[in-house]
Amino acid sequence: MTTSSLGPGMRATVAIRSENLCRHYRMGETLIRAVDGVSLRVAAGEFVALLGSSGSGKSSILNLIAGLDRPTSGSVIVQDRDLAKLSREDLAKYRLYVVGMVFQSFNLIASMTLAENVELPLRFAEVERGKRDSLAAEALERVGLKARMHHRPSELSGGEQQRAALARALINQPKILLADEPTGNLDSRTGTEIMNLVQSFNQDLGMTVVMVTHERALAERYAQRMIFLADGKLVDDRPNTPSAVEPSLQGGRA
Amino acid sequence: MKIPDLTELALRNLRESILRNSLTTVGISVGVASLVAMLSLGIGLQQMASRRLMKSGLFDTVVVTSRRDARGMSREDERSGPTPGESRILDEAARSQIEKLPNVSEAYPDIRFATELRFEDKPHMSMISALPESARSNDAFEGMQGSFFSSDAAPEAILQKSFAEELLGKTPRLGAPEPNVAELAKPLLGKELTMVYAQRATSTDATAASSNPANEVMGASYSVVSREQKLKIVGVADLDPESMRGPTRAKVFLPLHLAESLHVMQPTDLREIARAGDQPVYSSISVRVKNPSRVQEVEDAIRKMGFTTFSILDASRGLRQFFAVLYAFLGIFGSLALMVASIGIVNTLVMAILERRREIGIMKAIGASDGDVKKLFFAEAGAMGILGGIVGVGLGWAIGQVINIGTNVYLKRQSLPPEHFWAVPWWLVGGAIAFAFVVSLASGLYPAGRAARLDPVQALRYE
Repeated sequence: MTTSSLGPGMRATVAIRSENLCRHYRMGETLIRAVDGVSLRVAAGEFVALLGSSGSGKSSILNLIAGLDRPTSGSVIVQDRDLAKLSREDLAKYRLYVVGMVFQSFNLIASMTLAENVELPLRFAEVERGKRDSLAAEALERVGLKARMHHRPSELSGGEQQRAALARALINQPKILLADEPTGNLDSRTGTEIMNLVQSFNQDLGMTVVMVTHERALAERYAQRMIFLADGKLVDDRPNTPSAVEPSLQGGRA
Repeated sequence: MKIPDLTELALRNLRESILRNSLTTVGISVGVASLVAMLSLGIGLQQMASRRLMKSGLFDTVVVTSRRDARGMSREDERSGPTPGESRILDEAARSQIEKLPNVSEAYPDIRFATELRFEDKPHMSMISALPESARSNDAFEGMQGSFFSSDAAPEAILQKSFAEELLGKTPRLGAPEPNVAELAKPLLGKELTMVYAQRATSTDATAASSNPANEVMGASYSVVSREQKLKIVGVADLDPESMRGPTRAKVFLPLHLAESLHVMQPTDLREIARAGDQPVYSSISVRVKNPSRVQEVEDAIRKMGFTTFSILDASRGLRQFFAVLYAFLGIFGSLALMVASIGIVNTLVMAILERRREIGIMKAIGASDGDVKKLFFAEAGAMGILGGIVGVGLGWAIGQVINIGTNVYLKRQSLPPEHFWAVPWWLVGGAIAFAFVVSLASGLYPAGRAARLDPVQALRYE
């Protein structure tokens, strides 16, 4: 496993690494460079915020890291897996076991109860039914929703739905949490609740978190590091701690 | 994903858009129902035809003739078989050999001749045939008036209904209702018939025959004597026991032993006269087979012995071919409805993909493989197929019952006996459900493939 310096005296494992990552779309005549030559590293256990205005390519990068999309060129290497080289089947396994995802619009399945939504990844992982029930209950308990496990998403508030989505992202015990504007549809108080949960996953469970947001304040409050994007390019990458020594991983090719 | 999970999710998804999925399932049901209805009608008709043939009592009979006779039923066999010169003679030895073949219950000489019968001094011509004692249980004598022969050698006769009509001077008119056998029998039973026949009187000169083959013909003397035999009418048969023989069928029947003892001149006698001896030579032998399904085997064995055979099996083979074609046609028409229904499945599932794009995207984002998504859509198609199949079989059965009852009401009004021409065998029930399942899975092929290939990023963007 590749290691690199994160700060003075600190050595950490690299969880996510991208090299000259590009994702181009063709829309009629025009070529859209959603991600254009981004190279970055995220250390294991780090909490990184991807910042930028809409259309800056931050969500596209997240989708590439999540294995939902494939790069046009360049590579994304997550825990030593080159995602571009994985088969569709292996990419599905990667999404199932290695990363957990939460979205701005929660993306719970409306026809299922919370418990069923949360245990859905376990069905794909072919976990025994009895074990599934207890794991789902446990995950919902962690986000404080055990009492509502038999409710459908439509019967819950936005904050509750996002908490359920977090429980689902957690269920297969992935090492990496990818959050795409997790508070975008929530009021600030509920957003704070969600962010506190995400932070607890990072600090208590040691999960690597990559969060896409356009709210700088949110990133400053929770992230250890902020990566700024504009027009598909990386424009700034700096640690969130004002006193810290510039440890930028950018450009430090291993 | 495991099969119980798949089934559970598929049923849940089907419940979610209950109206559309129910309508699709009803479409499949109607398709299966029409398939079941068509095929069970075909099967029922075949069973009815088979029952009718069985009732004729000739399903288990093989007629054996010597190849020396020019009147062979299957000329091809004759050409490929031994030439007439080397063919065997159908004598008593051959008869007992045939009778010893496996699955043969009896083999008796077929004595039949046309002669004059006098009734109340009026002459009538008829074909006469001899019946063995075992014919007593023949279904062909079902509904007979009077009784069977009192013994195998009794001077008695059984008449076929149409001959009874002739004796009474009633000429059958075309389109007239079938005469009532009881009315015909009443004036005839117990009456006397006089049969006038030609008796073959042979006296063999044993010494001449054995010493010089050239003298054989001259050595055996052959004379024909006109004789009369009084016969008592004991029965009038309602059915036609010899319907298989067509125009040469007999209308008057005698007990076998009586017929044998009469030594009536047979058409083949003149030729066989060259063979001296007391052993009678038969023009044909009727062989009763223990089980109709063994007829082919017995026929093959007898043919191997060097004889020509004919059985109703030859005729029923054509009938079976007809039913095979009928099945195919009915099946094709029935399947057409199911094919139309399968388009409904394709439509429903393609609609479901559009509607559930986002859901598919979510499932993929949280780790569902292409295979999982594909299997889920397959499971939904399969579930609709099985449900539709079960309901359809029930529906088809119900349609059949209604038509059966309706037709029988009609038959009753026409004062015809009821018929059961509708049959739904178990293999059809299972087969129809399985067929619906397979057709549904095939219909799910395209939608499932499409759902599996869906790009998760685009699917998640879809509102």
